[in-house]
Amino acid sequence: MGKKEKEPMFSAKNLKLLTSPFNQDNPVVVQMLGICSALAVTAKLKPAFVMALSVIVVTAFANLIMSLLRNTIPSRIRIIVQLVVIAALVILVDQVLKAYVYDVSKQLSVFVGLIITNCIIMGRVEAFALANKPWPSFIDGIGNGIGYGLILVAIAFFRELLGAGTLWGYQVIPQALYDLGYANNGLMLLPPMALVIIGAIIWVQRSFNKNLIEK
Amino acid sequence: MKELRNFVDKIKPNFEKGGKFSKLHSTFDAFETFLFVPKTVTNKGAHIRDCIDMKRVMIVVVVALMPALLFGMYNVGLQHFRAFGDVAAASDILGCFWFGLLKVLPIIIVSYVVGLGIEFAFAQSRGHELSEGFLVSGMLIPLVMPVDVPLWMVAVSTAFAVIIGKEVFGGSGMNIFNPALLARAFVFFAYTPFISGEKVWVADITSSKGEGLVDGFSGATPLTAISEAATAGAKSFDWGTLPMDSLIGTIPGSIGETSFIAIMIGAAILLYTGVASWKIMLSVFAGGYLMGVLFNLIGGDVYMDMPAYYHLLLGGFAFGAVFMATDPVTSAQTCVGKYIYGFLIGAIAVLTRVVNPGYPEGMMLSILLLNALAPLIDHYVVEANIRRRNRRVKIAK
Repeated sequence: MGKKEKEPMFSAKNLKLLTSPFNQDNPVVVQMLGICSALAVTAKLKPAFVMALSVIVVTAFANLIMSLLRNTIPSRIRIIVQLVVIAALVILVDQVLKAYVYDVSKQLSVFVGLIITNCIIMGRVEAFALANKPWPSFIDGIGNGIGYGLILVAIAFFRELLGAGTLWGYQVIPQALYDLGYANNGLMLLPPMALVIIGAIIWVQRSFNKNLIEK
Repeated sequence: MKELRNFVDKIKPNFEKGGKFSKLHSTFDAFETFLFVPKTVTNKGAHIRDCIDMKRVMIVVVVALMPALLFGMYNVGLQHFRAFGDVAAASDILGCFWFGLLKVLPIIIVSYVVGLGIEFAFAQSRGHELSEGFLVSGMLIPLVMPVDVPLWMVAVSTAFAVIIGKEVFGGSGMNIFNPALLARAFVFFAYTPFISGEKVWVADITSSKGEGLVDGFSGATPLTAISEAATAGAKSFDWGTLPMDSLIGTIPGSIGETSFIAIMIGAAILLYTGVASWKIMLSVFAGGYLMGVLFNLIGGDVYMDMPAYYHLLLGGFAFGAVFMATDPVTSAQTCVGKYIYGFLIGAIAVLTRVVNPGYPEGMMLSILLLNALAPLIDHYVVEANIRRRNRRVKIAK
């Protein structure tokens, strides 16, 4: 057993950890995790973006901390330790949001607290961080957070554009179009439409990645 | 006829494998089988083939829809002239019909062009035969829309119904929900002001900004009017000639839903040809009627006290029962299941109407709900049958 060569920080393996959740291994549209919050907070672009950022931070640090602790926790109590770590991080995020973007925090309301129950975070901690070193775990957390965030922002983009005619709160669809008889699609503001959009995203994604089609 | 056949045969090789237009094979196939009953011979399995194939069945339904459509066109004109106080024009039957024809025809054209366009595109890209289901859906969609609905909304809702309601599940015969009702539900939830309230049921009220209307005119459908009276706590409601009007169909409402008699002619055609299930039709009416009777017994406000059979005459109840609930794809398949399915549709529709003031018309949501539940009903009916027969076997032992 010679001295192991130090792996570079952004080796091909680590980069793959970061990028594979964007498409091939996306937590929302491939693993079908975190659907609940994807329906709930995507009526507008801004809260969806803030939610995505929060989840990226929480997944990354939950993975990092659990990976550091992985050899000291008896496996029987690992779930409760995970919950403590994740809950602590979520409370931190919640406090930061309240301090700096109070209006968005109001809009997200209970869903910030519910990040604790977001299946993606628990899933990554269980499936990855407990078996890997801190740095890859951290990268994996960021990657999965971004993968989730991308879908969230995509859904919110369509829902806000078609449902309210705005993007990030600014009017994008000109008044002239409304005068011609165009009307906002109220269904887009209701959560069921988010599910239809997720379905459409999955459809488009599968037609580009044939290997994901289930037999 | 013979010349047409010869022509089709002459151009046929072009569309077959290796031909000039082989890419357009499914399009050609669709037109050929539309014009002529295909000569396909079954080469395995059952050898008896009814010449009444899907396309012929669909045409029967479209024919059955004609009375409701024609009366609907007449009624569009009638309601319009009455609302604007043009008594002379309102008594001119042909004039009313012509006015309505010009209003309704664009909706029908948009619905067919968009729906069939999408169906053709999917059939081409997936390389399968064009499915026939849209022949009926394309006619049903205009009939369940208010006359003043913007045409682009018809297009968007048709596209939604065909793509999300049908194609993603695998095309005709695979859909969970009735496509025409899905289109209506889409407009109802997405563009609520355009399909509910008092301004949309009579042509041109929105565009004229209400000018020139007769004094005291209300464009509300009878159901909305009763619902509002009940919510306001009215002690009594003036029924006037409403039962007779709704029997004939001279009331405001969606284009095809108003006339009970016209719908019943359609029902007679469907039942005579055996296309629709009488079990479903009957049990929908029974469910609605019994629920109405139940509300009569409870009593309380004008809506609950409304004679139970009015429910069957008013709004989209009859139309839904005859043309929507009996859709062979989305309804229950087992015999007992059909009774349960139909009964629940009727009962829930009346329940929604009376109890929920937000939805004066419950038929659409009731049918969609039961569409979703139909496979479950079938499952339990089959399970119960298996259990019963198992028990019989045990006793015999």
